Amino acid sequence: MSVTAVPGKSMTLGEGGTAFAFAILAFLSLIIAAKAYTPEYAFHAYLFTAGSAAAVFAIVNRYFDRPAEPAPLFIDGKPNYNMGPVKFATVAAMFWGIAGFTVGLYIALELAFPFLNLDLPWISFGRLRPLHTSAVIFAFGGNVLLGTSFYVVQRTCRARLVGDIAPWFVILGYNFFILIAGTGYLLGITQSKEYAEPEWYADLWLTIVWVTYFLVFMGTIMRRTEPHIYVANWFYLAFILTIAVLHLGNNAAVPVSLFSAKSYIVWSGVQDAMVQWWYGHNAVGFFLTAGFLAIMYYFIPKRAERPVYSYRLSIIHFWALIFLYIWAGPHHLHYTALPDWAQTLGMTFSIMLWMPSWGGMINGLMTLSGAWDKLRTDPVLRMMVVSVAFYGMATFEGPVMSVKSVNSLSHYTDWTIGHVHSGALGWVGYISFGAIYCLVPWLWNRPLYSLKLVNWHFWISTIGIVLYISAMWVSGILQGLMWRAYTSLGFLEYSFIETVEAMHPFYVIRAMGGALFLLGALLMVWNLWQTVHSKEAAVAAAAPTLVPAE
Amino acid sequence: MSLWSKHAIFEKNSIILVIGVLIVIAIGGLVEIVPLFYLKSTIEKVDGIRPYTPLELAGRNIYVREGCYLCHSQMIRPLRDEVERYGHYSLAAESMYDRPFQWGSKRTGPDLARVGAKYSDEWHRDHLHDPRSVVPGSVMPSYPWLATTDLDYAHIAEDMKVNAVLGVPYTPDMIANAASDVKAQSVADAPEAAALVKRYPKATARDYDGDPSRVTEADALIAYLQVLGTLVDFKLYDDKANIR
Repeated sequence: MSVTAVPGKSMTLGEGGTAFAFAILAFLSLIIAAKAYTPEYAFHAYLFTAGSAAAVFAIVNRYFDRPAEPAPLFIDGKPNYNMGPVKFATVAAMFWGIAGFTVGLYIALELAFPFLNLDLPWISFGRLRPLHTSAVIFAFGGNVLLGTSFYVVQRTCRARLVGDIAPWFVILGYNFFILIAGTGYLLGITQSKEYAEPEWYADLWLTIVWVTYFLVFMGTIMRRTEPHIYVANWFYLAFILTIAVLHLGNNAAVPVSLFSAKSYIVWSGVQDAMVQWWYGHNAVGFFLTAGFLAIMYYFIPKRAERPVYSYRLSIIHFWALIFLYIWAGPHHLHYTALPDWAQTLGMTFSIMLWMPSWGGMINGLMTLSGAWDKLRTDPVLRMMVVSVAFYGMATFEGPVMSVKSVNSLSHYTDWTIGHVHSGALGWVGYISFGAIYCLVPWLWNRPLYSLKLVNWHFWISTIGIVLYISAMWVSGILQGLMWRAYTSLGFLEYSFIETVEAMHPFYVIRAMGGALFLLGALLMVWNLWQTVHSKEAAVAAAAPTLVPAE
Repeated sequence: MSLWSKHAIFEKNSIILVIGVLIVIAIGGLVEIVPLFYLKSTIEKVDGIRPYTPLELAGRNIYVREGCYLCHSQMIRPLRDEVERYGHYSLAAESMYDRPFQWGSKRTGPDLARVGAKYSDEWHRDHLHDPRSVVPGSVMPSYPWLATTDLDYAHIAEDMKVNAVLGVPYTPDMIANAASDVKAQSVADAPEAAALVKRYPKATARDYDGDPSRVTEADALIAYLQVLGTLVDFKLYDDKANIR
């Protein structure tokens, strides 16, 4: 860092304002830390203080380092893309991915061998399970979505990302949210609302980050030099907007005090259940589906070097998907105290949802028309295509499970867990891996270190997924049938604990599947590390075909 | 042909696209959620439901803290095997004061909606300390720290105030006596127990964790577990009166 007085250089309103806001937040957090009701909450307040202080330092430091003029929007007629935040999100996605898969493997082993809970509060299953789900969905998946959306929106709009500090605030602020959420679970700070566990202050922080995310994304679209908004951006936009609405609705809560981590949800009982699964199912529908469909609509055509199969299908796919998904929540509450009319609506729309889901799958798969031979030679493309196939499978299984009579068997069992993982590992995991395998070489401007390793990754984790989901099908259906089994005399045949004991072999198989999936991801990390760092690769990249105009 | 070209309006105007998305995603949620707040049939009329005592509320907060809902549901479905295994199917009214609801989505362990009064306090103590000492095949984690950690109820009155603001019928009298009610409920034969039962019908005051010298987290959690599903007297409940 060199402190030099460049003539005409002054701090922008954005820099000064953001630094000032962070300084206030640091001070406020310090007061809260001093008066916090619990040491766990004080720890989080100190994290906020440290994070805010670091932000002030980074902003001022950056001011001294930067040239007087703001970054140009175009250089020699080419957009001057801002890829720094995309790179950070890509690396963060890999980090959180490995962390989330590892925790998943550990809690799978805890279910098979309960002594692994080790009688310690912070690694007991009830605290680690939200850590696993949040790490893979919001940390891994979230960083993939943030990174790819910032990449895709710039490329397809031919425009530099809006904002100077804002994109960095979105990426770093989001990862800070993950840190608060994850450490909170370990310390017992949770709302115990599935997939919405973070407490009120983390939710408030995320709201600020998310609104900034929307503004940056929207601003970049408005700055576009292309006449049309590309289909991937429709999906990203629907994802950003809907997640904002869901987040605010489901997390409406009143904290006990400014100095307490504890809050009470505004909704109660049956209404809270409906709001929760309106949120929960659409976290699947918009976070894990719409957002990743955007990835499909950009990366598959790009990698296959073919246009999207059908423009009209993508229009129908988009509107039908976002309209129908919202209704499907009540299928998580079949036969509960939720009124029947709501359950019936949820089931009906869940079945209808099969159609746009498969429409999207067809649009993704048929994009390969004329390029099917690439599946033989390009394991990255193969990964993305298989991911779309898993999407098709999971979105067929979902409507089946939403039928009330099927749900009476499948609900509360491992079948649900298996279903989620065929979507999460197969669809979300593979499309993310495919996108990252594309992104890292593009961003760092080097060829991928080894396609052979991608091939190994693909096969090892595919075997892992198959082990996982088939173990869960068997255990889920087995347990569901055991619960409702009657003897010839009309008594329940099995005590509950007998059905738990019957699960053991399948829990071991599931953990093996998870271990293979983790192993595959570790191969990926090594492959990408070598891509970025290996010397030979840098020479080979002397004449690249894609030149980011940085 | 012409209708397809109309879609360009969304593709060329980002604001119109945003408005379109917001309208389309609003419909389903509004139709399914809003009526639940004004249709009277959503929550049936039932005698016996009362707010949790301060000790039970503190216990519920431990249940929430430890993520018990991840393996235990609190929602018995009206299916023959569930009613025979767990008891009368759950009513919406039984969770009307629950923030958040804890119906759960997975039964790695059994449903707990009517676990109250099913086992003794001693059983719960042993079970929380080491589940496999009473249920050999169990995969539940042990929670030995609950019996050794003092319950933090310094702010429980504030918790009740927030609940009252949100519509739980906690009276000023209940809130004023919150801390003393915690103590009274967690030992046997406390002189204040009569007042507690008056405020919270059917509340039982006893030494839940077997250690009368202190109020532990085990006291609170067991008190909560022992009240689950016991408030409605199903001998008197007429489910025909609430056909919806």
